[in-house]
Amino acid sequence: MCTACEELVDPKQIKLDEIINKYKHENGPLIPILQHAQEVYGYLPTDVLKHISKATRIPLARIYGVVTFYAQFRLTPAGRNVINVCLGTACHVRGGAKVLETIEKVLKIKDGATTEDRRYTLEVVACIGACGLAPVISINNEVHGRLLPESIAGILAKYE
Amino acid sequence: MAENKRILVCAGTGCASSGAHKLIDALKVELKKQGLEETVSIVGTGCQGFCEKGPTLVIEPEDILYTSVTPEDVAEIVATDIMKGERVERLLLVDQVTQKPVSTLSEIRFFAKQHRIVLKNCGVIDPQKIEEYTARDGYAGLQKVLKEMSPEEVLEEVKKSGLRGRGGAGFPTGLKWGFCRQTPSDKKYIICNADEGDPGAFMDRSVLEGDPHSVIEGMLIGAYAMGVDEGYVYCRAEYPLAIKHLEIAIRQAEEAGYLGNNILNSGFNFKLRVFAGAGAFVCGEETALMASIEGKRGMPRVRPPFPAVSGLWGKPTNINNVETWSNIPHILRNGAEWYAQFGTEKSKGTKIFALTGKVNNTGLVEVPMGTTLREIIFDIGDGIQNGKAFKAVQIGGPSGGCLPESMLDLEVDYDTLTKAGAMVGSGGLVIMDETTCMVDIARFFLNFSTKESCGKCTPCREGTKRMYEILDRITKGKGKAEDLDTLENLALTIKATSLCGLGQFAPSPILATLKYFRHEFEAHIFDHKCPAHACSALLSYTIDAEKCKGCGMCAKNCPATCITGEKKKPYVIKEEDCIKCGTCIEKCKFDAITRA
Repeated sequence: MCTACEELVDPKQIKLDEIINKYKHENGPLIPILQHAQEVYGYLPTDVLKHISKATRIPLARIYGVVTFYAQFRLTPAGRNVINVCLGTACHVRGGAKVLETIEKVLKIKDGATTEDRRYTLEVVACIGACGLAPVISINNEVHGRLLPESIAGILAKYE
Repeated sequence: MAENKRILVCAGTGCASSGAHKLIDALKVELKKQGLEETVSIVGTGCQGFCEKGPTLVIEPEDILYTSVTPEDVAEIVATDIMKGERVERLLLVDQVTQKPVSTLSEIRFFAKQHRIVLKNCGVIDPQKIEEYTARDGYAGLQKVLKEMSPEEVLEEVKKSGLRGRGGAGFPTGLKWGFCRQTPSDKKYIICNADEGDPGAFMDRSVLEGDPHSVIEGMLIGAYAMGVDEGYVYCRAEYPLAIKHLEIAIRQAEEAGYLGNNILNSGFNFKLRVFAGAGAFVCGEETALMASIEGKRGMPRVRPPFPAVSGLWGKPTNINNVETWSNIPHILRNGAEWYAQFGTEKSKGTKIFALTGKVNNTGLVEVPMGTTLREIIFDIGDGIQNGKAFKAVQIGGPSGGCLPESMLDLEVDYDTLTKAGAMVGSGGLVIMDETTCMVDIARFFLNFSTKESCGKCTPCREGTKRMYEILDRITKGKGKAEDLDTLENLALTIKATSLCGLGQFAPSPILATLKYFRHEFEAHIFDHKCPAHACSALLSYTIDAEKCKGCGMCAKNCPATCITGEKKKPYVIKEEDCIKCGTCIEKCKFDAITRA
């Protein structure tokens, strides 16, 4: 392939087409395609959704309906570190709300937002199933348990 | 001395976050240093259940339990226990009654009072190795079924065992299977519901992480009994380790000939795959779950037709949850009569509870049905943290209710709990002490139901929101006298008119709290007081200038940096920035800070 063409072919796009081709002939392909597409792009840009719609012949409106229904999908890019604050019952009883308030104060953002420097995205989740260690947060899927408000800043600082 | 020893390190989600993987690495290095890497094996297991004291490790064959182990402790454990056969006393658990260290699992009350059937392998085997499962009679149930039993006989055995669905409603499993078997169709499906969304429940995650083959074997037996050749495990995406272990287990089972075509030369075929959920609590409802697999928004639909008649892609489908499937191999291996000896008259077998909240021993507990709440909380759970008083136990998640001290001698089974205004649900037990406000808890659950309502039917979408608004107002000290009647009316309407279980049971937490803790609601509404000192809008923190020595400990630890002052002079709290976390009170050595 000549160098000019290489620039035109986006490696992410190639991956996306591989994903679509892998699932398109299976029953109920939409959610796995969206999950893998989000792994590739970090979020689900409008152009990607349009492309999936064309390739799978699923109407864009239906795809948008599914994307906005499930908590896992995001339409805007996340920060480099995604913080999930658990507010399940066990965490709530052991002071999860205070952990959240502290993180909101330290990072100066609210639930669902990303810091300006794109370092952190803050999300509240219902339960990550580590209730024995409540209150817990997970950062990039790493679980931190038995948290105290005063230990938050130190943990956050470890994630660049 | 060190020969044939096995070190079982808990590497479940809980202990992994407490540092289990560093511990395993340190053990490997130390064993190699001592030349023991050939004689002593290290096994990273699934959840051993004792999350509170994690990371935990067990040394076999003596079954010695060490708790809160760090990499720094490794050299001593290897030198003392592995090489000399003596105990490292400082890492043993101390019995709270006798105040003496206890070493073996059978002496530790947290384990001794349990009866582990489903959790038999959890924390004992390496879940990523099929041979460890087969070495403990794994797939023996399937072999027996395929060689000796007809599908009707299997169905009969499950019916006779008295097993009821562990996902919440407690519907008899054998009966449910019978419906699916009876429906004539060219294609049928079975599904394992692993969308464990109830906050405070993590038994399904632990079973999938720690013993995934037991779920696969249970599904295989079910598929044979119902005449099904394809199945799905619908697992929530928040459980990456469970999905990973399950996928490894499916691959190994395929290679070993337990999954695929002509299984064990019996002519029986079964294909199993994992479907990762995308994050929606309502997908735990069976019709919503199936819509999700079909690639749609996970919204429930009206039943009938029930899934056994028209389920996934319109085909007859049977859905059971993880714990239910995991019971099946044990029933077929040991017989229905063996299984039915455990439990109460109408609820047979054991149930796993996730014990969390303000209790000393948090973790996973498997006990026969009919065990009292008091035994679970005070004997196994070792009572309330920090010597505080017990207030309530929340059971059954967002569909259950809070029960007070007077109900602790209730024998837990499906029927007694429903009668008391709670439900077994998935088995989450969240313990609350005197510092937990019951109005706040009711508000918490309504907030959860509001957020997770799929929006399809009006009573659930609008009703839970209105209830939440009222409760939110009460916790802010702005409740009105008529609020309690309005709440009760709304609750009963939502219960009677919602489309699915999420809506029908969303008012349960508030109905139960109103029944047992009405006085707390009244204190908020009429006296503008939160008896538990938990509702921050009704609290204020002040520093007593006379008692304050100006040490600055409060300001140093305040996460909101709202305390200011000069050394050796009284400090002041800036009220509008205070998040009312109470850290300052804990840190003050001079009792100078008051909360009112």
